[in-house]
Amino acid sequence: MTTTAPPPAAPPAARRRRRRTTSDTGLSRVFRWLSTGAGALILLVLAAVAIFLLIEAWPAISAGGDELSARVSWFPEDANLVTFVGPLVFGTLLAAALALAIATPLAVGIALFISHYAPRRLASALGYVVDLLAAIPSVVYGLWGALTFAPLVYPVWDWLASTLGWFPLFAGPASQPPRVMLTVAVVLAAMILPIITAVCREVFLQTPRLHEEAALALGATRWEMVRTAVLPFARSGIVSASMLGLGRALGETMAVLMILSPGTLYSFAVLQAGQQQTIAANIAAQYPEAPPLGVSTLIATGLALFVITMAVNMAARAIVARRKDFSGAN
Amino acid sequence: MERRVKLSRFSRAGSAVVIGALALTLAACGSDDPVGNATGESTGDGSTADTVSDLSGELNGAGASSQEAAMNAWRAGFQSLNADVTVNYDPVGSGGGRTQFVEGGVSFAGSDAALDEEEFALAQERCMGDFVEVPLYVSPIAVIYNLPEVEGLQMSGETLAGVFNGDITSWDDPAIAADNEGVELPSTRITPVNRSDESGTTENFTEYLAAAGGDAWPHDPSGDWPVQGGQSAQGTSGVVQTVQGGEGTIGYADASQAGSLGTVAIGVGEDFVPYSPEAAAAIVDASPRLEGRGAGSLALELDRDTDAEGTYPIVLVSYSLACLQYADEAEAELVKSFLGYVASEEGQQQSASAAGSAPISAELRGEIETIVEQISAS
Repeated sequence: MTTTAPPPAAPPAARRRRRRTTSDTGLSRVFRWLSTGAGALILLVLAAVAIFLLIEAWPAISAGGDELSARVSWFPEDANLVTFVGPLVFGTLLAAALALAIATPLAVGIALFISHYAPRRLASALGYVVDLLAAIPSVVYGLWGALTFAPLVYPVWDWLASTLGWFPLFAGPASQPPRVMLTVAVVLAAMILPIITAVCREVFLQTPRLHEEAALALGATRWEMVRTAVLPFARSGIVSASMLGLGRALGETMAVLMILSPGTLYSFAVLQAGQQQTIAANIAAQYPEAPPLGVSTLIATGLALFVITMAVNMAARAIVARRKDFSGAN
Repeated sequence: MERRVKLSRFSRAGSAVVIGALALTLAACGSDDPVGNATGESTGDGSTADTVSDLSGELNGAGASSQEAAMNAWRAGFQSLNADVTVNYDPVGSGGGRTQFVEGGVSFAGSDAALDEEEFALAQERCMGDFVEVPLYVSPIAVIYNLPEVEGLQMSGETLAGVFNGDITSWDDPAIAADNEGVELPSTRITPVNRSDESGTTENFTEYLAAAGGDAWPHDPSGDWPVQGGQSAQGTSGVVQTVQGGEGTIGYADASQAGSLGTVAIGVGEDFVPYSPEAAAAIVDASPRLEGRGAGSLALELDRDTDAEGTYPIVLVSYSLACLQYADEAEAELVKSFLGYVASEEGQQQSASAAGSAPISAELRGEIETIVEQISAS
C-alpha cells in the first residue's frame, strides 16, 4: 500500500501518450476538439452574459436615485436602484415560491403514480402526456391564463378571500377580473409541472429493487414502502427537480406579463390586483418605451435576476452534491 | 453503359438546374414587372397624369409611435400616388423624433407634444427660420366600461377623476347617480383599469383628469399611471380585454379599439358628449393656439376643461414637424407634397380607417394647407 505512490505517476503519462499516438487521430481528434470547444463555449457564454449585464447596467448603477427619477419617467421619486429593485425581487420570489408550492406536491404525486401505482401501459401514456405539457409555448399559457383560466377561477378566489381572508396571503376582496398573483402562480405551476414530474419519475424508478422488496417483506403496505424506501432515496432528486422548475418559474415572462396587473408593493395579498410584479415581466413591459438610462435600469434588474437564478442553481447543486450517495445518479 | 447512364443523369441534373435558374429569373422579372407597368400606365394615362407627380427620391421621418399605424397608411397611400418615392418613418418616440429633426437627421418628425423652448431655438436654427408644426393626427380616447345592464353612462370630469383615483368605489355612488338621472345603477364594485406600460394614452388621459377633475385628481399628468395598486394591463388591447374580463370595470383606450364595450359620455359644460370623430376634431378647433411660435406653427394649448358645445375633450393630438425652408429643392418638394397628402381629405380618411383617428375639420385643413403651400427651397 505504501509503495503505490510512485507507480501511479508513471502510468497516466504513458496512457496519455499512447492515446495521442494510436487512437486520437483524424476524426476522433476533431471530435475531441469539438466537444472540448462546446464545453468551453458554455463558460464563455455565461461570462459574456455576466459582463454584458454589468456593462449595460453600469450607467444606472453609478447614477444616483435623483438622477434616475429625473430622467426615467417611470422611476419612482425618492427611490434609489435598490429600493426600486426590492419589490420586483420580492414579487419574483413570491411568484416562484407559490408556483413551486403548488407544483411540487402535485408533480411528486404524478411521478409516484406513474412509477409505482399505474399499470405499465397507462404509465407510459401518462408520462408522455405530462412531457407534452412542456412543449406548450409560454405565450400560449399566458393567453390561456388571461382569457380562459382567469374568468373561470374567480368564484374560487372569491370564496378563498371570504372564508380565509384572515390569513394575510388571502386578504380580500378578491379582484375581478382575477389578474392576480395566485392566478399567475397556478399557471406557472402548470408550466413547471412537466420538468419536475419527469425528473422525479426517473429518480423514483432508480430506487433499488432490493430496498422496496425488503420493505414489503417486512410487512409494509405499498404506501409505507413508498414512504420508507422510495421517498428517502429520492429526496435529493426531488430537490434538484424542484430547483429546475424554480429556475423556469423565476425567469418566466410572457405568462406573467399577460395575466398579472402589476404593482410594486411588498405585499402578500395574492388575491388583490396591482400588488406585485416580477423582474422579467417588468423588463418586457417597460422596455419598448424606455429611454437609454431606463434601459440601463431595466438591465440592472436583469442582473439581479441573473444573480438570483445563479444562487438558486448553486444551492440546488450543493444539496444534490451533499447527498450524492443517495441521488438517482449512481 | 455505366458512363452513358452517368452522362444522362448529369445532363438531367444540369437541365433541372437550368430550368430552375430560368424559373427564378422569370419569377424575378414577374415580380418587377407590375410595378414598372403600373408606373408606366399611370404616367402614360392622361387622366391620372395630373395627380401623379414626377417626384422621386427618399423622404425620412421619425418620431411618435402613436402615429405609426396612421403613418403606415399615409406612406402606402402617398407611395401609390408617387411610385418613385420612398417614405420612411422610424417610430422612435416623440422625444427621439424631435431630437433627430432639430439635428437635421430627418426631414420631418412626428411628435405628441409641441417643441419646448430649447428645441424651438434649435428648430429655428435648423430650418433657417420658421418651422412647420401642425396637428395632423387626432386620436380620441374613449372611456370604456363593462356594466351590461347600463347603457349610455354619463360622467363629469370630477366624477371620472373620483372613480379613477379610487375614491368612488361603487357604481351606485351618489356622484355617478347625479350624472345619470333616471338610470338605475347596480351596487357593483367599481374596478378601474389602467395601462401598466408608459403610454401617450395615459398621459393625455391624466392631463384631462388633472384639468377637469379639480380636487378629485391630486396627481400630475404623466405617461405612467400615478395611482398604485389597481387593475392594469399591457397595451390598449390588454386594457380592453381586462375591462371585458370583469364586471363593473372601467378603463380608457383608443376609441377605435373600444369594440362592443359601452363608452362613457363626458361632461362638457352642462352637456354630456359621447365620443364621435367630429366631436374629437371639434376640441382641436375650440382650443387656443400657442402664440409667438412663427408663421408655420399651429401648436395648441388643448382646452380640456372647455365648455364649448359638442366637443369631446379626451383626445391625443400628435403634430407633424417640418421646415418652411429646406436647402435642398427635392427635399422641400417631397416634404411639401407628403404633408399636403397627409392633410388632404383622402389622407385623413386613410388614417381614420387604418388607425381610428378623427379626421381634422375642414377649417383646420384650410389653415394647414396654407402653411404647407409655403414650404420651399431657400
